[in-house]
Amino acid sequence: MTSHSSTAATTDLTDQGVAGGLSGTGSIGTKVIGSAALVTVALGAIYGLVISGPDQKLGNTVRIIYLHVPTVLAAYLAFVITAIGSAMYLLKRTEFWDLLASSAAEIGVLFFAVTIIDGALWGKVTWGVFWRWEPRLTTSAVLLLMYVGYLAIRALPADPRTRATRSAIVGLVAVVNIPIVHKAVDWWRGIHQGQTVLGTVDPNMAGNQLFAMYTSMIAGLLVFAWLLIHRFRVGFLMERTEDLALEEAISARRQENAGQTGQGA
Amino acid sequence: MRDVLLVAAKDLRIERRSRIGTAQVLPFALLVLLLFAFALDPDRGLLEAATPGLFWVTVLFSAVLALQRNFGIEAEDGIIDALRLCGMAPSSIYFGKVLALVVQLFALEFVLVIAVAVFYNLEFNGIPLLVVISLAATLGIAATGSIYGALSARLRSRDTLLPLLMLPLLAPVLISATRGSEIALRGEVGTGWSWAALLGLFASTYLIVGAVLFSPLLEDA
Repeated sequence: MTSHSSTAATTDLTDQGVAGGLSGTGSIGTKVIGSAALVTVALGAIYGLVISGPDQKLGNTVRIIYLHVPTVLAAYLAFVITAIGSAMYLLKRTEFWDLLASSAAEIGVLFFAVTIIDGALWGKVTWGVFWRWEPRLTTSAVLLLMYVGYLAIRALPADPRTRATRSAIVGLVAVVNIPIVHKAVDWWRGIHQGQTVLGTVDPNMAGNQLFAMYTSMIAGLLVFAWLLIHRFRVGFLMERTEDLALEEAISARRQENAGQTGQGA
Repeated sequence: MRDVLLVAAKDLRIERRSRIGTAQVLPFALLVLLLFAFALDPDRGLLEAATPGLFWVTVLFSAVLALQRNFGIEAEDGIIDALRLCGMAPSSIYFGKVLALVVQLFALEFVLVIAVAVFYNLEFNGIPLLVVISLAATLGIAATGSIYGALSARLRSRDTLLPLLMLPLLAPVLISATRGSEIALRGEVGTGWSWAALLGLFASTYLIVGAVLFSPLLEDA
């Protein structure tokens, strides 16, 4: 009897949608952003891979830049958002800033990993090796590991306030390091080699190449915004389901108790 | 200031009586130096060329161990809460922990330098620069280490988490300290001072960050 009623309660909850009628993470806003992202990604891919010509010096490898620059741009934006969210959390102590910071960090790590992988692929084609201790690649690797640490702290079970404070501190400590890592790596490698090609937009880029570049940058930002909003909402719903699970367990215990006293009488 | 000294003195007294640093961390550091010699053939000059880097890697690993020890004992006995009940400001506790760590790490580095001189056949040049670099790097390690040490002290997975958090953060310290020491040892002191400046920037940045963040850290984390 008890088990039956608790199953009924669960289905009831899913029917209504957890957290006050919000049954998914989509909304009109995200549908618009999502559609725009799809269109620009398609446009960027067509221009980047087909319509635009190969670079005079880099040949076809220039096409990797149409993926590389948007992802690194979005990743840096994500880490800035994480830093702002972390600082604001410590000031305001609201769930919003905590969820914003952690959602952005997660997506930032994803985009950064993509950046490093396509950078390495570019290196294999251009330099003949996957990895060179090139300043930007090296800085990226260090930053990626710092934010992997952020996610590791985030993944540890703790009560929401503790977890939020811990991750906010790590978010702030990490972001302060970015310019210092950058400077150190730049000086270190600067002694051995000159300017880098990857990651800088060629000033001579024009016409279809430039269009592909800008389209894919907009596409990258739209994909990032779309993912961020959805991740934020998923995080919000996760918190709510945790609360619900607890409430449900309590009410189940209460019913059990009521049933027993009923039998006793 | 008095509180800072009290906290530091307490930590150093614990260390003097428990001798974890001298009995475990220091031998570990010496062992690592020995292992590097096994890994890199000492006869081919590799060891001598890599000495500054190996030295600083050893310091970083030992520092992580020392940190786990320094903050582990606090968490087990709830000492940080007790210090706060005594009315100490979080920033005083922070600077006290940093000071105690600097003293311990500096002592460790001193012994390691002697070991490196003996085992790796090192010749010293540019000693003033070396001292400044060591001080600035140690301050940087202690400043960041005290933040993350306190953060992870109460976590069950702190032994694996702390290195993951600390070592990427200390990447610029390793780069700067290694390059700076190399330059000092070669006797070309001039450019070495910019590395020392970067180390100083790192240390002072994180001392400020730590002093600000220690209050929410002790309250909630």
